[in-house]
Parts: sequence; structure tokens; C-alpha cells
Amino acid sequence: MIRLEKRPQPSKVWTYTTPILAVLLTMVFGGIMFGLIGTSPFEAIRTIFWDPLFHPQFSGFSRPQLLVKAGPLILIAIGLSIGFRAGIWNIGAEGQYIIGAIVGAGVGLALYPMESALILPLMIVAGALGGWAWAMIPALLKVRFGTNEILVSLMLVYVAENLLASVSSGILRNPEGMGFPGSRNLAQWSSSQNLELIPGTGMHLGVLTAFIAVILAYVLLTRHIQGFNIRLSGEAPRAARFAGVSPARTVLFCLGLAGVLAGMAGLFEVTGPAGQITIDFGSGYGFTAIIVAFLGRLHPVGILLAGLLMALTYIGGELAQLMLGVPGASIQLFQGMLLFFLLGVDVLTNYRVRFGKGEVAA
Amino acid sequence: MAKDLLRLSGLTKAYPGVVANDDVSFDIREGEIHALLGENGAGKSTLVKMIYGLVKPDSGSMELRGAPYAPSEPSAARAAGVAMVFQHFSLFDALDVAENVALGMENPPKPRDLARQIREVSETYGLPLDPARTVGTLSAGERQRVEIIRCLLQDPKLLIMDEPTSVLTPQEVEILFETLRKLKAEGTAILYISHKLEEIRALCDHATILRLGKKVATCTPSETTAREMAEMMVGASFASPAPKTTTPGEVLLRVDNLTLPAPGAFGTPLRGISFELRAGEVLGFGGVAGNGQDELLLALSGERKADKGTIWVKGADVSRDGPIARRAVGFLCAPEERLGHAAAPDMSLTENAVMTAGRRQRLVSNGFINWKRAERFAADVISRFDVRTPGTHVAARALSGGNLQKFVIGREVAQDPDVLVVNQPTWGVDAAAAAAIRQALLDLAAKGAAILVISQDLDELMEIADRFGALNEGRLSALKPVAQLNIEEIGLMMGGAHDMEVAHVAE
Repeated sequence: MIRLEKRPQPSKVWTYTTPILAVLLTMVFGGIMFGLIGTSPFEAIRTIFWDPLFHPQFSGFSRPQLLVKAGPLILIAIGLSIGFRAGIWNIGAEGQYIIGAIVGAGVGLALYPMESALILPLMIVAGALGGWAWAMIPALLKVRFGTNEILVSLMLVYVAENLLASVSSGILRNPEGMGFPGSRNLAQWSSSQNLELIPGTGMHLGVLTAFIAVILAYVLLTRHIQGFNIRLSGEAPRAARFAGVSPARTVLFCLGLAGVLAGMAGLFEVTGPAGQITIDFGSGYGFTAIIVAFLGRLHPVGILLAGLLMALTYIGGELAQLMLGVPGASIQLFQGMLLFFLLGVDVLTNYRVRFGKGEVAA
Repeated sequence: MAKDLLRLSGLTKAYPGVVANDDVSFDIREGEIHALLGENGAGKSTLVKMIYGLVKPDSGSMELRGAPYAPSEPSAARAAGVAMVFQHFSLFDALDVAENVALGMENPPKPRDLARQIREVSETYGLPLDPARTVGTLSAGERQRVEIIRCLLQDPKLLIMDEPTSVLTPQEVEILFETLRKLKAEGTAILYISHKLEEIRALCDHATILRLGKKVATCTPSETTAREMAEMMVGASFASPAPKTTTPGEVLLRVDNLTLPAPGAFGTPLRGISFELRAGEVLGFGGVAGNGQDELLLALSGERKADKGTIWVKGADVSRDGPIARRAVGFLCAPEERLGHAAAPDMSLTENAVMTAGRRQRLVSNGFINWKRAERFAADVISRFDVRTPGTHVAARALSGGNLQKFVIGREVAQDPDVLVVNQPTWGVDAAAAAAIRQALLDLAAKGAAILVISQDLDELMEIADRFGALNEGRLSALKPVAQLNIEEIGLMMGGAHDMEVAHVAE
């Protein structure tokens, strides 16, 4: 018989080895799945994990995509993880991301076609404020009326999506776009473009910001009293009140921070890789970032790695569909497996597996 | 000579890293009240859990009336005639007494029959209880009666009671003892677990003493002094707190007509509480659990803000201040619940030290935590208050109750407060640790701090307090010097007169 036995303390070793174990398990079972649908398992795994980075023909295109995709995921997930640490469940980062992009783009387009080095910084600030303001709606409602931030923030995503559709065919529509919905291309206007900082790497301002956010979040959580209070609020809310942490202020801080980072991610996306506000600008980064935050164990460095891994499976998955003709659903299943194993093997961190009947400790 | 009802031989149970019970053997006779004594962590709960079928022994055997007895689950134990009243009640506040009783039964009778049976049992055994009352409105003593009646309805041969008096007033204790003596006269054996030695001397026929999982002694309590029993329990003699010699100084804490609505549906409102606490003085607040103790602590710690002008520390109004500002003026608190309120269970002792000592001990500067200083402070608390733990990195939940309690009280004492409020400072703590905590409080008072101890342990309050008051339904009784009080007077202060008379005991 297999039994689980609670460890007195979470195991340090397993905290770090479970993600690796999960990736290996995903490769084994994913390989079996690809084998069953008639694709060579080794080829499929290689196409997903190896080719995007090292394939002689495709990697030139797909390698920069890794950072382009991972950047917003990491930036948003960092903001979310800090709230999650405090037990504040912001599910609406997608909305904050969209509103950040709309507000930032709107401020920039209002100044078009002026040329100034100050326009992009101004747009970044506006994007951050846009995301912050959108996140303040669930925050204030929660603080004032005790509403559930999960529902409110999630519902506001759909409001944001409708706003997006409205402005792309309304006030932000490109006057020279021959009536098509969508704004002017911000990546082609020198005052607003957020280009690669180092050519061929995908490293744009947003990715740099994401890396800085990882470092600051790490410092906040490990060294600063505000980070300590956030962790305390999440682990023992009554103890936090006893310590003197104001629950209302924690809610405002955490949702606000998540909104700022998501809004900035939206702005960097619309001025760089996406280029313009369009109806389908919302690409799901805000939702995927929730997964990234949990895959990274709500730890900044973990989120950095999880963001890169997640981006890799997306790019590799597309490549596998293209090159091996595997169905899209199999890629989603593969990503689901990764999540399943990551969360599943986590049990080893807190529990010890025992085989056989209960033994007597000496 | 009465026959043996339950015979335990060589019971052993080990958990990873600790042997909870090591070769424990003793007998419980028909119709005796048998005490099980021991410090926290001595293995009493594991032992009774084995008897009640919650835990399987690794080795050893039990015999009930000569037949092998190995209950695989509590329902098997109940079927064999073993019932248990737990220390922490498992009742639903929103349901009435009869519904709660029915939930704990294998085959509950029809509601009307059950209500009649409850009335009969409560008459027979002198446990006044109305089957139609909602449990949320009952006192702790009445809740306990619900649990006891639930057991008695199944006509047990052996009744296990885990620390039954920890939540009762002296009068309620008397009612309970009457009931237990009556059960004994009818031939029911009782296994009685308690820390309170005087009670055991008054009630029990035999006592088995456990220390570190082993049976160390048996004795006849009526022929043994409390001190002797305590020393067998601890394995060493321990010091009683030295009496104090200081005289009270200036008023450090003044509470003036503190009134607060109840925090929730089953909380207690505070009604016009006023008192003064002087330097060097220890004030004791007694009262049955749920009469406003927790609410008073929340109001004093600053977790709930009070009305302007109701709480004054050293002449300054702190009523509207939060916990951090109150700590800054030297007004510290230690709540009752160790895990989750006084300490964060999954955080290390160092982190738990930062929780309340961050600013006062300058563990935080410019918002950044100085982890080295924090660790030094935590290590200082650990060594000063003899907290047994491998180190400061250990999670709070890994400590035993007594050790964690020493840590959370020590954490506040080590910050040299001017005013310290503690709620249940020695609840569920073994005798040696309790003595150490009381001594620390007395030492602090001797240095000129003002101390308020809220406790349900009257012996404790009599031992360390200068003046005594009781909380009853959120009101504070008049304060009286401890030296002039007797136990009946205290009982009346605590209970008011409500529901205290022993119900008519049927012949």
C-alpha cells in the first residue's frame, strides 16, 4: 500500500526538484501520447523543446519569439503572484492589460504626429495608470462593500474586451485605415515604437521591465516589511491583523500593483510586437499569467523560469503543428499535462511517500 | 474488589521522530474514576485515541471485560460501550441541542423521542439542558453538557473525558462532579484526563501518570499531595512563582466605559468596561469562555478600534490607534490562540519575531528587515524563555503548544512593555512551562510594568494577580483584591446567577 505522510516542514530539496521531475514526466507521457497518434515521440519532444531555440532553419525566427512571449507573461505574473501571496485573487489581469494598452495608446495617438523622446515614457506612465485604475475597481468595491474580487475582476475582463472592440472601430481607429477597425501602427511611429533593444533577441523594453520586476519583487518579498506583511496576510490573516497590517491597504496595494504591471505589459505589447490596437488585441496573456504565477510557485525566480517554459511550449507547439502536422488539441493536451504534473508532484514537497504498512519509527 | 473493565497491556504507538506511547499498561476497574495525568506531549491524547479507535496501536493489546478489544474506528468503540467527550467540542452553532445530539448518533431516534430522552437523561444526571435551545446561545459549560448527554444516551461502560473542567466555572465544575459521581455509583467507569491536580484529588479513585509516553507511576490521588503528583508528572521539582513585594505605582492603562458591538453573530458585545491598571500591578480577569475575553483583547490590541476617549495609555488616548501605534507607546498584547493569531503557523520563529517586534526592537529600518537582528532577537527569546526548538528557522507549527506559548509570550515580554495584556497565557501548557510563563509575568511586573491577565484558570489568577475581576456577558464585575476573595464569591462574580443551580437530581 502507498501512503502519504505529512512532513513536519516543507522539503527544501523537493521544492526545487519537483518542477524538473514534472517536465520529465510530461515528456514521458506526452511522448506516449504522440506515439499513440502516430508521431515519433522523440521528434515531437525535440520539436517542442529543442527546435524553437536551436533548429538551423527556424530558430532564427522563433528564438526571439521566446522573450517576446515570455516578457508580458512574466511581468503580469509577477504582479499577480504578489496578490496571490496575500490571498487576493485578481483573475482580471487580461482586462487590466487591455485597458493599459488602450489608455497608453490613446495618450500617444492624441499627440500624433508630434515627434518627441518623451512620448513613449508618457505612454508607459499612462498605460500603467490605466491598468491601475481598472484594478482599483475591484479593489475599492472589495474594501468598501466586501465584494468578491475574483468575480468583479473577471467580469471586468469582458467589459474591457468590449471597450477594446468599441475603440478599435471608434475613437482610436486609424483615419487613414480605409475604414478597417484598428488604430495607427504605433510600432512604425518613431516616437512610440518599442523596438528590440538588441537585434535578433526579442529583447524589448517590456522584457527588460519584466526582468527588473522579477528582481524588485524578490527584494520586496524577502527583504521589505511590505512584502513580509503581504506574506503574513496570506498565511495567517488574523495574525496579520494582530501584527497591525491593514487588510484594506493590502488589498489596494496588491491589486494596484498587479494593475500597474499588467497595464505596462499591455502598453509594451501595443507599441511593439502587436503594433496597434485591434479588436483581437487581447491575446490571453492575462489568463496564461495566472498559470505562470502558480507554475513558478509564486516565487519571482520561479515565475521567470515558468514564463520562459510556457513561452517555449507555445512556440514549440506551433512549430510542431506546422512541421509534424500534429493536431492543435494534442498541443493543448501536452500543455495541460505539464500543468497537471507540476501541480501533482507538488504533493512531494509537503508529504513523504511511504510504501508498505505503517512502520514504527525507532 | 471490583473487576477490571478495560485492561491495557504494552500499548505502543510511534510517529515519525517521536514515540507517543511506549509500552503503556494499566487497568481501569468497573465503576471507578481513573485519572490520566501528564504534561502536554506526555502521550495522553494518543492513548485515549487508541482506546476510542481513532488511532491503531503499533503493538500491545486491550481487553474489555476479558474479551479482546481492538476498535478499528470510533463507531466500533461506541458499539463496545466506550464513549468520549472531547476537549474541543464538535457542535454546530446554528443547530439546536437535539439536532446536534442526533448528528453524533449512529441511529438517532425520531426528534420527539430524542427530545424526551435528552430531558430524561438531563434530569437523571443533574445536567440542566433544554433540547430546543440553539447551541450558539449556550455557554461553554452547557455545550459540554450536550456532548456528555450525547455520550450518555448510548449507555456507555466507559466514559472518557478530556480536560472537561478547563472551560467551566467553579459551580459548573461542581455540577459536573455530581454527575460523574452519580455515573460512577451506577457502575460506569470514567477515564478522566486533566492537568488540575486538586480536582483529581477530589474526584478520582486512581491515577496513572504518563511522562514522555511512558507510564511512570500510579497513585491514589486522595492520599497523594498535588505537589507530589506534579513532580511525578514533570519528573523534577519546579518552582512556584515567588510572591511579589512591589507596591502599585502610577496608572499606566485606563479603560473608560469601553463599549463595542459584537463582531459576529456569535460574538459577545463589550458593555461599558472600565478599569485602571497601575505600574507593578497584575490584574486578573476571570470568566467563562465566550463572555467577552477575546473581544476585549481585540479592542485592547487595536485590531478593533474603540470609541474615542475609551482607552488611555500613560495619559494618552490610543482608542483610535492600530496595533502598531499602540506598540510604539509600550502597550503590547498576546492573544489566546497561538496558531493563526499570535503566530503564523507556517512562518519561521524569526519571521514570527518580526511580526510584533519589528519596530520596537528596530528589526526594520527604512522599511527593510534586518534579518540578522531579527534572528538574534528570536534566539534571545528562545534562550531567555527556554523554548525547546532546534533553532530560529523552525516553523511555528512544528513547536509543541507549551513551547510556542513560551515563545509568543516571551516575544512580548522581551520587548519590555509598559503595559502587557495576555489572554489565556498558559492554556493547554504543561505545569513546568506554565510556571515559567507566570514567573516571567511576575518578573515583568516587578520591573514596573502593568499587566492584565485574562484567564479561565482561576488557580492561576489567584496565584499571580493582585486584583481580580470577572467578565460576564461582556460586562466587567467590580474589581476586588485577590487576598480577600473566596472561591464561591468568585463563582458568583463570574456566572452572575444564571443557570448555576444544580438541577434536581432524581433519586
